[in-house]
Amino acid sequence: MSSHVLSLLVEDKPGLLTRVAGLFARRGFNIESLAVGVTEVPGLSRITVVVDVEDLPLEQVTKQLNKLVNVIKIVELDPAQSVQRDHVLVKVRADNATRSNLIEVVNLFRASVVDYAPDALVVEVTGDRGKVEAFLRAVEPFGVKELAQSGMLAIGRGGKSITERVLRG
Amino acid sequence: MPAEPATAVPRPPARTASAPVLSGAEAVVRSLGLLGVTDVFGLPGGAIMPVYDPLMDDESVRHILVRHEQGAGHAAEGYAAASGRVGVAIATSGPGATNLVTAIADAYMDSVPIVCITGQVFSTLMGTDAFQEADIVGITMPITKHSFLVKTAEEIPGAIAAAFEIASTGRPGPVLVDITKDAQQAEVPFIWPPKIDLPGYRPVTKAHGKQIQAAAQLLAEAQKPVLYVGGGAIRSKASEELRTLAESTGAPVVTTLMARGAFPDSHPQHLGMPGMHGTVPAVLALQEADLIVALGARFDDRVTGKASQFAPHAKIVHVDIDPAEISKIRTADVPIVGDLRDVLVDLDAAFRVASPEKPDIAEWWSYLDGLRNEFPLGYSQPSDGLMSPQYVIQRIGELTGPEGIYAAGVGQHQMWAAQFIKYERPNAWLNSGGAGTMGYSVPAAMGAKVAEPDRVVWAIDGDGCFQMTNQELATCAINNIPIKVAIINNSSLGMVRQWQTLFFDGRHSHTDLNTGHGTVRIPDFVKLAEAYGCLALRVEKEEDVDAAIKTALETNDRPVVIDFVVSADAMVWPMVPQGVSNSYVQYARDHSPAFAEQED
Repeated sequence: MSSHVLSLLVEDKPGLLTRVAGLFARRGFNIESLAVGVTEVPGLSRITVVVDVEDLPLEQVTKQLNKLVNVIKIVELDPAQSVQRDHVLVKVRADNATRSNLIEVVNLFRASVVDYAPDALVVEVTGDRGKVEAFLRAVEPFGVKELAQSGMLAIGRGGKSITERVLRG
Repeated sequence: MPAEPATAVPRPPARTASAPVLSGAEAVVRSLGLLGVTDVFGLPGGAIMPVYDPLMDDESVRHILVRHEQGAGHAAEGYAAASGRVGVAIATSGPGATNLVTAIADAYMDSVPIVCITGQVFSTLMGTDAFQEADIVGITMPITKHSFLVKTAEEIPGAIAAAFEIASTGRPGPVLVDITKDAQQAEVPFIWPPKIDLPGYRPVTKAHGKQIQAAAQLLAEAQKPVLYVGGGAIRSKASEELRTLAESTGAPVVTTLMARGAFPDSHPQHLGMPGMHGTVPAVLALQEADLIVALGARFDDRVTGKASQFAPHAKIVHVDIDPAEISKIRTADVPIVGDLRDVLVDLDAAFRVASPEKPDIAEWWSYLDGLRNEFPLGYSQPSDGLMSPQYVIQRIGELTGPEGIYAAGVGQHQMWAAQFIKYERPNAWLNSGGAGTMGYSVPAAMGAKVAEPDRVVWAIDGDGCFQMTNQELATCAINNIPIKVAIINNSSLGMVRQWQTLFFDGRHSHTDLNTGHGTVRIPDFVKLAEAYGCLALRVEKEEDVDAAIKTALETNDRPVVIDFVVSADAMVWPMVPQGVSNSYVQYARDHSPAFAEQED
């Protein structure tokens, strides 16, 4: 199996997310991560979805997604040709004895502390998947109390835009 | 927007400067009329009552009151399948809407263009578990081509017009329009034609020239080609074009369960139906082909048998309007996305260039003709002295002829009707192929008769299927829809019984229905049909079969129901057992063609 990042340009209609998520579930595909948000064009949303499938079933799921009337465009984003980011908020155990060591790790990863409590820090880290995973491994010995992770966001490199292409077509 | 205008959407009148103010309910009915709808099937209830008020005296739209919403759904399917026009079913919220679900799923599997309009509770009550509330849009998401939840009157004309557009273009399918009661009650200016904005819906109809060339080249070179024709040939109205290509290439043709009639059974190149209960020549032609040209077919498991062992030596040209069907089950060497009728025209032209003379496939034909001679379709007389169901069905076909319409239920009688009635034209054979919905037959026949009143319409049903939806006989009798029902009464759930005989050591668990010979006959189908105002007959001997069919054909002032009491031991042959290679096709029990055994 291998991860694929799909970017879906969709009409912002009620139930749209159910249609997309339901299709993945129905056809037996596992969603690794999902992020939904508005775009620069009113009425259009963008869904970034990471799926763990082989190439052939990926083609099938892409075709099935394309059949959804509210899905306007689907592109697969190649890691080499796109910027891919995960965003994590993590609450790490930190007391007077361990805090400065933790802050050193935070600085090494260019992460930032966004909340303080006597027994914990909330740290925010953004980056590609490898960096985020490395960071989480680094803070794990301190004791992770709570973790919230966004779905991956991704956008193609270069000057081309999928919304422009769609609106022109 | 799709390149081809929908046949169900006639050119609407020009927009007037001063739009009339209509209620949402009136807008529903007015929109249907403007879209060319003449008949709808439905049953009212609280959340759809506003729509029923203008329906009462609308002159352009005839409403047929069914006895169960499932009947409305299948009637809409039968209407669409017989005529090619979009079928319409109307139901109320909650249970009314959920009763449509089976028919919607059926239409989705068999790509039948229907539009279902359901009432929904007031938008202010949605999400509160209100009386007769059900999230029908959510429930039907996996089984509709698309659906609309309409909460304002302004959206109604656009949603209904878009629903017809989506249902009837590209790969056809069911579309649901769920309209809240407050949207039906609100009064707004009625603007027609509405703006239909579907930026994500662009079915491809014109195929890629390069792929057409590649397919033509393969056809010119093939030694053992087969044209594998599916239901898409019927939906795209491609029979003429199919015949032209078949005759140009000289290739053998097989028509799937969904495609019976797309190519005339009388044509010398026709090998019959492939698949689990297909003819031996059709099954083995596919299995041993070096080229399969799939035309609007989807490599269903009932056709391929074990897919990994299906047609191991064949290259595949796959033509379909739905790109998702191509390479879904079997990887296509040449994928062609487009409307089948257009593709067939292009493919025929390209083939004539690639192969100015008809390819010599005499050796292939001599093999196939050998199979045809050795393994013709047939049946043996039951040993219990009761009538042979195959004989009854064959006589119905012979006495009615190819201009009739035959709607089957699901099971043994369906297979026999597919095998022993000879189809010469598309839209003559209606059945539930993909979903396998018992109960399809009677309401589908009713819908077909409404769409095509001048044709003889038979429901060929089983005693099990008939008991699921026979209440629509009341609808038929009261609304002067004189269908003819042949109950192939073997007193059991016959197909399940056959599998129990073959694969469960003959343990007939819960398959006896006690409707036939030597049983309590509950219900008595003759009394039941008479209670519904039908002409009812019972036939128990072969010598009486023709007279009963003739009586039915001559009776047009009411529906006719014939209880054909047949043997429960008759089985559907040939058969490929489930989950094995098609090389193991069995002509009759424990008798498979000898060469097929050598294959493996």
